Amino acid sequence: MKNQKLHTRPGMSRRTFLGYAAGISAMGALPPKLSHAADELNVLVWCDHADEKLLAPFEQAHGVKVNVKIYEGTGTALSIIEQSSPGDWDVLVVDAPDTPTVAGLGILEPLDESRLSLDDLFPPLISAEFNHVDGVRYAVPEKFGYYGVAYNRDKVDPADMRTAQVMWNEKYRGRVAVYDYYFPAMQLIAISMGRHPDEIGMDDLPVIREKLLAMKPNVKLVGDIVSVQNALVNGDVDIILNGAEFSVSVLMPTMPALDWTIFDEGGLMWIQGIGIFKDSGKKDLALEFLNYILSPDGQGRLATSECYWAMPANSQAVLNEDEKKILRWDQQPAFLDRSVPSTISQPDVDLAMLDIWTEFLQS
Amino acid sequence: MTRPKGKPRKSGRFEFTRWAIHPALLFTVVLFVLPLAMMVVVSFWQRVYGRLSATWSTANYSKFFGTEYLLDTLFNSIEVTVVTTIVSILLAYPLAYILAYKVSPRWQKLILIFAVLPFWTAYVVRSYSWLLVISENGIVNYVLLNLGLIDQPLQMAYTRGATILGFVHFFTMLLTLTIYANLVQIKPSYQKAAEDLGASRLQVFFRITLPLSIPGVAVGAFITFVIAIGDFITPQILGGSTEVLVPQAIILQVSRAANFPMASVMSITLMLVIVLVYALTAKHQKMDRV
Repeated sequence: MKNQKLHTRPGMSRRTFLGYAAGISAMGALPPKLSHAADELNVLVWCDHADEKLLAPFEQAHGVKVNVKIYEGTGTALSIIEQSSPGDWDVLVVDAPDTPTVAGLGILEPLDESRLSLDDLFPPLISAEFNHVDGVRYAVPEKFGYYGVAYNRDKVDPADMRTAQVMWNEKYRGRVAVYDYYFPAMQLIAISMGRHPDEIGMDDLPVIREKLLAMKPNVKLVGDIVSVQNALVNGDVDIILNGAEFSVSVLMPTMPALDWTIFDEGGLMWIQGIGIFKDSGKKDLALEFLNYILSPDGQGRLATSECYWAMPANSQAVLNEDEKKILRWDQQPAFLDRSVPSTISQPDVDLAMLDIWTEFLQS
Repeated sequence: MTRPKGKPRKSGRFEFTRWAIHPALLFTVVLFVLPLAMMVVVSFWQRVYGRLSATWSTANYSKFFGTEYLLDTLFNSIEVTVVTTIVSILLAYPLAYILAYKVSPRWQKLILIFAVLPFWTAYVVRSYSWLLVISENGIVNYVLLNLGLIDQPLQMAYTRGATILGFVHFFTMLLTLTIYANLVQIKPSYQKAAEDLGASRLQVFFRITLPLSIPGVAVGAFITFVIAIGDFITPQILGGSTEVLVPQAIILQVSRAANFPMASVMSITLMLVIVLVYALTAKHQKMDRV
């Protein structure tokens, strides 16, 4: 009898269909979660921008609330943006090499350099080409660091860590964790071969693939930051490859045996940029936020975020002596001299690199 | 009093029953059917960095099924899930049996509470907790080394075994509940009748209890299979990405490359595997018995 009742209406009536359609339309018409209030700023950022100690001074100085949405990976950020309405977001933090791609989508506001505090930023960062598209600046470097090696000094020979050959050093078989980010890992291999990361083309990939797969016997795990940190702290591994200050600095105050460096063959830099959304309705406030982040005070707070530490882009950043030591602050000019930025390859090369990475994980 | 067949009753209760299904139906259409349809469509599109290109092609399917290391992700997922399901059943069945037939009702309640304890902790926390137990400096290696049973720490973390261990810990308890719920519904008179007719205890178990408890096993096993094959966290944390399962491959495609078409192909493939498993086990699954 129950079934009979349910089957008295074999199809969906027009009225029911309209009811559903109205329901779906109503859901679409719901106000977005993000506030567009004049005293609120919506920022789409990496986790290091979520600290109270970073945001509070700006909020108090301007009498505003900063709403933070954290993402990891440009792909994720683009997904969030695609699902948002124009004007939902005011500020974007993005991997600097991705800036041309994001700007190419037409969602970033051209920045007027005369209104930005750029004077004390490290010159190699401020002059980096990928901040610009057709001569127009779309993002400002705010924080940087290196893809290199982090390690436990008590368990390894620090001299071994200074060469990229450590990736294949049989002394460390099964003692290595790799930070799971495919293109810098392969760019480090290119550097070990004397190749500039920017020069990686399809023809180079077979050799890089071979070297990557040859690294696998040393690799105990491949994981995100938390996983590789956890493995290093637990003693499951002694080395984090493809990581450096961003993977251990936050741990070093309590675990002084941890350390990091870049390879003698050359350093590979990662750079975060910060920009303003073209459709933001609060561009002046967003610009104030950029200038605060770029200020010596903001830079010191951003550099020592609870999420991860890294180098402030501003050479005058406020850091105490312990923080400077952990960040190898005195070595930055030398590190910068022999480092190159990690830039995204051409789309076809990028996809091929991801395929090779998947094969590496699977091998 | 009777009413003509097929003629809807105009009572308030009928109206309520009729409309009560609409929220669930709407929920399913909006949050399952439409996204699923969209995913099928996207799987035939192409990815140009940062954008989806609505160029129809089966290239993503060809690549997934024609590339050994991508297809291996599917085989890895199936192997891990099948082993997890079998081991969980083997551990859960005796536990459920003892709980249903050998433990007094008062203790049953307490043990059932312990059985659901793993569900009270977050998935991520549970996985990281296992790392503390099985890592090189973890409790297991510490005990074995101090007892002199091993000279070197065993490598347990970041292996397929660790992934299966994490899964089994969770799903053994889930299966225990579904099997227990089924066992307590079996009328004791069936077993007594068999014994009266001269059946041994083993015969009673294999010819009465086990066949009648299969629905509980089948439902629990199917739920285990569905959840385990789609899980990302456990293999990521405990397996250490030393091999890739399909959910990890999906995350890799989405988070690193925004390659939604390829991620859709992988997701659809995973769903088809689940549908296939359901089709194979459907006749044994009787939800009302669990």
